[in-house]
Amino acid sequence: MIIKLNGQDYKTEKQTLSELLSELAILPEHVAVELNLRIIKRADLPTQTLKEGDTVEIINFVGGGNY
Amino acid sequence: MQEDKLIIKGIEFKSRLWIGTGKYKDFDETAKAVEASGSDVVTVAVRRVNITDRKSPNLLDYIDPKKYKILPNTAGCYTVEDALRYSRLAREAGVSDMIKLEVIGDDKTLFPDNIGLLKATEILAKEGFIVFPYTNDDPIIAKRLEDAGAAAVMPLGAPIGSGLGIRNPYNIKIILEAAKVPIIVDAGVGTASDATVAMELGCDAVLINTAIAGAKDPISMAKAMKYAVIAGRLAFKAGRIPKKLYATASSPLEGMLI
Repeated sequence: MIIKLNGQDYKTEKQTLSELLSELAILPEHVAVELNLRIIKRADLPTQTLKEGDTVEIINFVGGGNY
Repeated sequence: MQEDKLIIKGIEFKSRLWIGTGKYKDFDETAKAVEASGSDVVTVAVRRVNITDRKSPNLLDYIDPKKYKILPNTAGCYTVEDALRYSRLAREAGVSDMIKLEVIGDDKTLFPDNIGLLKATEILAKEGFIVFPYTNDDPIIAKRLEDAGAAAVMPLGAPIGSGLGIRNPYNIKIILEAAKVPIIVDAGVGTASDATVAMELGCDAVLINTAIAGAKDPISMAKAMKYAVIAGRLAFKAGRIPKKLYATASSPLEGMLI
């Protein structure tokens, strides 16, 4: 299926957000995941399933001060 | 000297100098500057994970969240909706409820949109966030933010990245007089003396990014800021002498030869 991942089309066969994160080699600690504008709690990542056309945002902290 | 700790909503801050982590050459320099500053609070931005280059380093590999308090910010947000979204994501990604709230009004001045800021502060405080709103040096909005549930108010000394120093110390003084929450100067500091001025006025802390990251030698400037903040705080606590137009001799006249 094709999902929108961080603003780009992304092809994956992974069924859950947890699996998607491990496919991307991202540790769930220190990231937050949003599925179709809804924040998914870390504990719910293993059970949250994906479907065609979903919009997924994965964010982390980067250097920044103001603005 | 007796203990002079800054405590906000039960969180104890060892340092009155808070550090921004933007604009450094690399994470190694960021970490060294933070270390040299003696600060235990670093502010960070919330951005998309780099999906295409998974080998790119992570800031938190250099700034240990066990050692430093991570203060996420909503830098870059121009609307209440965006600021709320970034705040909630930050809370999920992080380890605390603290948020340095920015709702920017204009990309030339980077002055805050205080109407949006007030609204977002109110909503986030109700959601249990510890909100640190970045605002103008305006005493009325500072009070309104406090009433809306801000844990501390962060007035600017001058526009972000301008290095102009504390442009309106009188307003900062008025803000301080009325405030029941800590006041932390955020933005505008250009060099060490600016940080000292902010602290001498009675501010509870100062947040600095560009003045350190943009200095020719960021590590040395970080160290300079550390001492500047300590000096300013001590001077404030010590109580300065009043300014006078004419001289007052500091040596006794008694025992002079004539």
